Amino acid sequence: MTALIGGFTTPATHSAHAFRGVMTAMARPGTIETLHGAMPPAPLSPAAGAVLLTLCDADTPLYLAGDTDTTDVRAWVAFHTGAPLTGPETCAFALGRWDALLPLSRFSIGTAEYPDRSATLIVETDRLEAAGATLTGPGICTTAALSLPGTGDFRDNHARFPLGLDFLFTCGGRVAALPRSTSISAPKDC
Amino acid sequence: MYVAVKGGERAIENAHAWLAEERRGDPGIAALTLEQIREQLSLAVNRVMAEGSLYDPDLAALAIKQARGDLIEAIFLIRAYRTTLPRFGGSVPVDTARMNCMRRISATFKDLPGGQVLGPTFDYTHRLLDFKLAADGQAPKAPTREAAPSHVPHVTEFLNREGLIEEAPADDTPPPDLTRAPLELPASRALRLQALARADEGFTLGMAYSTQRGYARNHAFVGELRIGTVPVEMDIPELGFSIEIGEIEVTECETVNQFKGSKTEPPQFTRGYGLVFGQTERKAISMALVDRALRWEELGEDNQGAPAQDAEFVLYHGDNIQATGFLEHIKLPHYVDFQSELELVRKLRREAGADTAGDVAE
Amino acid sequence: MTDHAYNFAYLDEQTKRMIRRAILKGLAIPGYQVPFASREMPMPYGWGTGGVQVSAAILTPEDRFKVIDQGADDTTNAVSIRSFFERTAGVATTTRTKEATVIQTRHRIPEDPLSEGQILVYQVPIPEPLRFLEPRETETRKMHALQEYGLMHVKLYEDIARHGHIATAYAYPVKVEGRYVMDPSPIPKFDNPKMSGCPAIQLFGAGREQRIYALPPYTRVVSLDFEDHPFEASKADHACGLCDATDSYLDEVIVDDTGTRVFVCSDTDYCEGRQAQGFRGKDTA
Repeated sequence: MTALIGGFTTPATHSAHAFRGVMTAMARPGTIETLHGAMPPAPLSPAAGAVLLTLCDADTPLYLAGDTDTTDVRAWVAFHTGAPLTGPETCAFALGRWDALLPLSRFSIGTAEYPDRSATLIVETDRLEAAGATLTGPGICTTAALSLPGTGDFRDNHARFPLGLDFLFTCGGRVAALPRSTSISAPKDC
Repeated sequence: MYVAVKGGERAIENAHAWLAEERRGDPGIAALTLEQIREQLSLAVNRVMAEGSLYDPDLAALAIKQARGDLIEAIFLIRAYRTTLPRFGGSVPVDTARMNCMRRISATFKDLPGGQVLGPTFDYTHRLLDFKLAADGQAPKAPTREAAPSHVPHVTEFLNREGLIEEAPADDTPPPDLTRAPLELPASRALRLQALARADEGFTLGMAYSTQRGYARNHAFVGELRIGTVPVEMDIPELGFSIEIGEIEVTECETVNQFKGSKTEPPQFTRGYGLVFGQTERKAISMALVDRALRWEELGEDNQGAPAQDAEFVLYHGDNIQATGFLEHIKLPHYVDFQSELELVRKLRREAGADTAGDVAE
Repeated sequence: MTDHAYNFAYLDEQTKRMIRRAILKGLAIPGYQVPFASREMPMPYGWGTGGVQVSAAILTPEDRFKVIDQGADDTTNAVSIRSFFERTAGVATTTRTKEATVIQTRHRIPEDPLSEGQILVYQVPIPEPLRFLEPRETETRKMHALQEYGLMHVKLYEDIARHGHIATAYAYPVKVEGRYVMDPSPIPKFDNPKMSGCPAIQLFGAGREQRIYALPPYTRVVSLDFEDHPFEASKADHACGLCDATDSYLDEVIVDDTGTRVFVCSDTDYCEGRQAQGFRGKDTA
């Protein structure tokens, strides 16, 4: 029965608000936004649930990585989004903790003619704050900072621009993003 | 002194009111009913359904009435409405061999199983204005006879038995849908056919005609043209079988085209195909000719550089809603762009020493 | 009053999700044209269906929406689009640039600098900057993939050889973050510099051509030029006849049969704002 609850109660307005949050995060890398309205089953965060409800449907194959691939999550995703489940190679969206998503080479980074045909990774994290790696690039006035689970993978990803993956980091009700266009330098205190 | 013009909102409201008045025409004359349009302007209704990609004669009749008989405007109304409809699923392919034909002719065989049935055609009418029609609306009674056997085999089946025509094996790949995904090239034949089925009749006709006049001539015979009703069935996963959800009228044209063979294919007849909602035979024949012309690559033919062989050209320019919108948008204000051009031309003329008239008074 | 016969902001949720995904990819790859399955809207292709679909996908009920065409809120097509969203989304509207959270525009960027909370949505007729040099989509897509922009430079240079200037006055091509050449939509080149380093999010929608592209805030946008012929943002060399502004883009209006002309701000909100502050041009009473 848990599959039937925890969706957006007013889908049009809930998803409009959630999308503005996700869009702001993607347009301004390092900015942390709060998403409301989703109560997905454990272990998914409310923010990850809101992202799924806002962006996924029958047209977006979804990969549930590691501990997110549970019977409850599958049922919830099926009922609320209809997204077909698939593996990392063919997914449009992937959801999981950082370690479960590695190696990133499994995901589609698009083609030279269609770089948009690439996966978006929703990374569940325990910590999300505007501190850590220094970010520069489109969407950032001078520099921004974001607690990233690593730096090397994101640098490699940026080096392939315009190909590459785009990341959403979710933690509780909060979300931040790192598009492929962002350049990363290591945290100064490391 | 100059006061900026205002009042766009009122101008629009007034224009709409005037339009509604003009639409109605002389109020002393009875208003058209949708039933009248549906029953008596049925070929207009058919065209609106075909190019609007929505099979609903009543809505098409409403659109024609609302559009004051401008069929492209009516098609636009239907397309915009169609966009808002939920999609429950896809039907099973219609089986045109099971068509309940009201018209069926073949240009390639004098007689054949199922017979030649002229049906309600303009073909042999003498195009003389019928002044009796102006005077009265009486329906003459057409003679009737027992219905022909319901199975009417396709002409191409007979050619296929001799191996004289290319194979067209059944393919269960779900066809792409250009109303749900952006057009991408190269386009598969299924996608091209979908685009042609809803393409503008005039555009398709012009393209087809150009192939007959030598721009990628493909020697088409109308192997068969049939018009009639076919059942539409849908698979219901919960039931495990398909059920009939209704019946639609369609026109199907299969052309048989001479083909001398190519590097990859032996000499044999090849096919062009047209299938369109309603009684729309000019469109269906045109579609089959253009389909055949667009198949040059898969048949290993030469690209003659003809417009009808150019899939990108045909697919990007055949949709009358796209075309008319963009064409007509040039009547929208462009004075900002025009101003920038004015400045540029003045500057270039000044520098070329051409502007001897000097500046206009300010 | 919202029209309840249709979903919030007209489009169904599935269509909005599809557009939203395209917007996110556009933001992640600034200047790249993302194909999207544009829907048939209840207004004609070429009249802002791309902008309308983008606005419909991003609006929230709390937004304050402004629509301009040629810089003015009162032009007929702007009025029509504004009333469409009043009806289908029930959003508040405004003519004040500073008060708007979402601004949909055709052919202009407002004169008042945009700020961080704002989104500018452009209506785009032909999104492909290379289209007038190469009509085939299959070819231009390859050219973008290979960053093969020589043709564009040749065209601009031919202008210089022939006229002594680059003879493009609007829809002047730009390069985004050193990678994609992008069409800025048919804005006058006067507006080009406003795109670069803009604090607002800029989204571009081309409905008939089925493309969405985007500029995140503070994206570097450079108008194509040559060292010996640098880009120049030009406008009519006059002050506004109504508000006396010398820094705004001007429309030329013919006011009598002898062809007398006055020059007035194309951005009506900017002009009215200045007049409210007491500025007067030479053509006011």
